[in-house]
Amino acid sequence: MKASCRSFVLAGTVGLLLSAGPVAAQQSPASPAPAAKTDAPGAMVNPNATINSVLKDAPQNPAAQKLAPVAPPPIPTAADKLPVTKLQAPKDFKIEVFASGMANARSLRIGDKGTVFVGSRLVDKVYAITDRNGKREAKPLVTGLYRPNGLAYHKGTLYIAELSQISKIDDVENHLNDSPKPQVIYSDLPKDEPHGWKFLTVGPDERLYFNIGAPCNICMPPETNAQLRSIKLDGSDPQVVARGIRQVVGMDWSPVTKQLYFTENQRDWLSEDIPQDKLNRLLHPGKDNFGFPYCHQGDIPDPEFGWGHSCDEFTKPVALLGPHSAPLGMRFYTGHMFPAEYRNQIFIARHGSWNKTKKIGGDIVVATLNKDGTVKSVKPFITGFIANNNYLGRPADLEFMKDGSMLISDDFNGAVYRVTYAPSRSSPQVSEKR
Amino acid sequence: MSEGRARRRPASFFPSVMRVALAALSILAAAPAAAEELAERVAPCLACHGATGQSETPEVPSLGAQTAPYALIQLYLFREKQRVFDIMNEAAKGLSDDDLRSVSDFIAKLPAPRPPEDGADDARLERGRALVQRNHCNVCHRADLSGQENVPRIAAQREDYLVKTLRDYKSRARSGYDASMAEVLQPVADNEIPDLAYVIARWPGAK
Repeated sequence: MKASCRSFVLAGTVGLLLSAGPVAAQQSPASPAPAAKTDAPGAMVNPNATINSVLKDAPQNPAAQKLAPVAPPPIPTAADKLPVTKLQAPKDFKIEVFASGMANARSLRIGDKGTVFVGSRLVDKVYAITDRNGKREAKPLVTGLYRPNGLAYHKGTLYIAELSQISKIDDVENHLNDSPKPQVIYSDLPKDEPHGWKFLTVGPDERLYFNIGAPCNICMPPETNAQLRSIKLDGSDPQVVARGIRQVVGMDWSPVTKQLYFTENQRDWLSEDIPQDKLNRLLHPGKDNFGFPYCHQGDIPDPEFGWGHSCDEFTKPVALLGPHSAPLGMRFYTGHMFPAEYRNQIFIARHGSWNKTKKIGGDIVVATLNKDGTVKSVKPFITGFIANNNYLGRPADLEFMKDGSMLISDDFNGAVYRVTYAPSRSSPQVSEKR
Repeated sequence: MSEGRARRRPASFFPSVMRVALAALSILAAAPAAAEELAERVAPCLACHGATGQSETPEVPSLGAQTAPYALIQLYLFREKQRVFDIMNEAAKGLSDDDLRSVSDFIAKLPAPRPPEDGADDARLERGRALVQRNHCNVCHRADLSGQENVPRIAAQREDYLVKTLRDYKSRARSGYDASMAEVLQPVADNEIPDLAYVIARWPGAK
């Protein structure tokens, strides 16, 4: 056995010398990343960054030692094994499987012709779900990407945000079968892995907005990080939109006020029950600071960085969404299928906690707004992704189809669900009587 | 021969022993015949990784009692070439999702590796233990470093493989499935890595 392995490894080494390729790169840390990827996973590290481990402040405590970030399986769950029957929705709403077989399905965007684009974080793919004559098909649109979490669709073009670059595919819906190569439009970005994945949206000003997360759980971030940034659609004219933001994986624009709302995930290891993750509203583009690393959930000074600051220096959240609950994708509802009470309200996918003994989140909540854009209430809409303190699935993003139905991505199972509403005759919705 | 052509690695350039090795690996890719024992199919893996879960091959990890979810993730990354290492990319090529699952479940059932029975250097163990504490390895990997779910067992792993892996994570030559290890390694100095690997390779006895 041993002898055969030695000759095997030796053979491999000779093969490597001949190929002079990717393996050599892996064995020599200074070499560039494998050619298969479009981007080196962080060949450059900002030397000024005060980077601390995700585990900074993790207590040496048996209960805490049971907690670790939850990684979804890389293989998608078979369609007939998806937990769709375990999910609960309000009366007269129906949840069904829309598409499956897309490992780590994350951000959702819909093209003018109805193509559903699906980003991912842990695999290298952006998928496209198409519907031809009633036959739905989900397959990779682009592969070889590096943490392609962020997607935006605008006037025929698909924009893709990877860890450290933003690219586009023009006229994408006419190129679904000829493996288009995304054209890079912006790459002046840090290559930090922690919170390096991005959410992408196009504003009413026709600019691309995205996050650059804090490269840590808690640290003094470099100037380039912990911010929202915007660029023109051709990648020019970068501007800092807001600062003091730990990590954002969901944003959308109010159809009423045109203001930007976004979810923000707060720090870990402060305690089981604080701080709560936030829903924020951008009031003063270019000026607002949301408090990281000095202040969490709008009113808790950080035990280390908070000294010398007051939480009142920073823009407050409009809602608190639960400790460690990981609110990610969010959208305003502008469709007509759901009852009128949901119109212009915000649906938020809470991915669910890892840094908490009893898991919370794993649901879709709806934030109901007051006329002034503040939040009146946050209530569960779809629940059931957590059972017996385990994940059956994890909602990562949601998007609305033209007919007003809701799509939800589940990055744990690699699937997309569809939520429709059809009032039963016997019990008309109260809201429709008004 | 241009570099581009070299990358394609035409078969004629392979030394014959490499071809033999690849032929052995192709057993894995063959359609699973009902009678074929899984143990036979993983024999080529165990030639290097060790039949009893304990690797005796330099820089090749011990697989014994590895968590099945972690093993599955790595096999997937090798198959998709998201983790690049030629021998493993070849080994995983063509494996179905079900194959990946069976192999990871098989790996998880192998006996856990044992720490080396050498005269341990107490000063290095002491430094290593402090590093494990300071860097919170014992949080996600559990106090006995046996791992959980997607977080691998690292206790009694080969010391040379640990050194290589920690350096690869730190330099980001290995990016990992998620960002956790790239982040965790940032505050660890390069000259601390050998002591860290030394103590982990002797865990939990050294704890």
